[in-house]
Amino acid sequence: MDRAGAQARIIQLAIFALAAGGWYFVTAAGGVSRLLLPSPGEVGTTLLRLIQTKSFWNSVGVTFSSILQAYVIAVVGGIVAGYLVTRSKTAMGVLEPVLAGLFTIPLTLLLPLFILFFGIGPASKIAYGATYAFFPVALNTIAAFGHFDERWLRAAQSMGASRWQTFRHILLPGAFPVLVTGLRIGFVICFASVLGGETIASAVGIGHNIALSAEQMEPGRLYAWIAFVTITAVTLNLLITSIENTIVRRDRK
Amino acid sequence: MSATSPNDIAISIRNITQRFGEEGAPDSVLALDDVSLDIRKGEFVCLLGPSGCGKSTILNIVGGLFRPTSGTTLVEGRSVEGTPHTDQIAFVFQESTLFPWYTVIENFRIAMKFRGMAASEWDDRAMKALKAVGMASFARHYPDQLSVGMRQRVNMARGICVETPILLMDEPFAALDEQTRMVLGEDLSQLLAATGKTIVFVTHSLAEAVFLSDRIAVMTARPGKIKTIIDVNEAHPRSPDFMLEPRFSELRNQCYALLRDEIRATMAAQRDPAGVEA
Repeated sequence: MDRAGAQARIIQLAIFALAAGGWYFVTAAGGVSRLLLPSPGEVGTTLLRLIQTKSFWNSVGVTFSSILQAYVIAVVGGIVAGYLVTRSKTAMGVLEPVLAGLFTIPLTLLLPLFILFFGIGPASKIAYGATYAFFPVALNTIAAFGHFDERWLRAAQSMGASRWQTFRHILLPGAFPVLVTGLRIGFVICFASVLGGETIASAVGIGHNIALSAEQMEPGRLYAWIAFVTITAVTLNLLITSIENTIVRRDRK
Repeated sequence: MSATSPNDIAISIRNITQRFGEEGAPDSVLALDDVSLDIRKGEFVCLLGPSGCGKSTILNIVGGLFRPTSGTTLVEGRSVEGTPHTDQIAFVFQESTLFPWYTVIENFRIAMKFRGMAASEWDDRAMKALKAVGMASFARHYPDQLSVGMRQRVNMARGICVETPILLMDEPFAALDEQTRMVLGEDLSQLLAATGKTIVFVTHSLAEAVFLSDRIAVMTARPGKIKTIIDVNEAHPRSPDFMLEPRFSELRNQCYALLRDEIRATMAAQRDPAGVEA
């Protein structure tokens, strides 16, 4: 890491420390009700207790398996649909604005419909997350393959590249950065949709536990779950970024 | 140059007409109208003309990137039927056609792989071409780690490494600043003298055309035809002093006088709503 990078990392840690410190002092001073904001210590011990229970890992399992299933459906569906749309100029002209338009509708409004169709179990959250994440994946696939720089294709053609070679060595790597942006946005949306869906209507999962803890006035448990989700999300994000960097391996400043 | 036998002809363009879209359709465009041109082996020919006059279209047809509406093209006696003759012809486009996801050396390898050349030759040929343009120490860099002038050097070398007798260059220096353009033009002139390649070069820069060419084919506004051919009798490699000679300015002015009406015609067509869109 270079100097500027190290400096940025230090500032990032400082912001985190400031937030954690602020949280500690506000609760220690006793200005805020424990029911609204418990101390970091209480949340920490609750979380440690929670992760030793079987029901905790059951809930985590349900939620993450739902997210994974929803994401796989969204990625496969979005890439296949998006790529097929780009194969025809007419289809692109007709469908790209439609997909972009649909994506601006807050699909949260349709969550009750998903519950009606798929029931209160994980299936409705999977369908909801998959539907929502489908759009950014499909739209970015269209952007990646449909608005591809013609000059690269012409250069490859002039070198006598076959169709497969053009796809493998030109289209795919050229489209990759835009494609990955779609996968990333899709993942964030998928994660938020499944968890959000669970908080609103569910009998199991992390979101259900968060909603339940709030209803039952158990702030320690509530914040412990939130902390767990936060830690997981940050870890996943770091993981995805490092995978991205490994694949792209483009060393640019 | 004196009388030419058919064996001296590298590229023979015969009555090429190119129409985009169906004839009679509202969006139909006649890009080229009955263009014929013979290019001798080892000759440097510039196609000079207003934007949209079909200069690049001629290059694409000669290079086999697409088939003309009518007419034939022979490259070293072989007819081009809309398939690139990659053993005879290499293209050089603008530097932005280097593939940014590959390093410099990988860009060369892929160009040779696409042509079906043996993998054992790739690196030797690549390094040889990179040395010729003074870029050998940048083989492991990615294109966007290089300046735009360095990228165009690499890009020219990518066209040279396959050692085809013919090089088609489509406004390769259009994105460069004038100074870089001049230096690369000089290098190109030297390179030409060293390799004896036949080069067809599309440009809209008057000075570039005069400095580089043996012959300049000045084109009309759309539909493109060849208006006049101007001979530039000056041996390669050319020194920058050539640009200071009165003859250089005369030729440049002559080109401009020929082009001026065509540029006005192009602009008028753009303004006229009934005319052809640019």
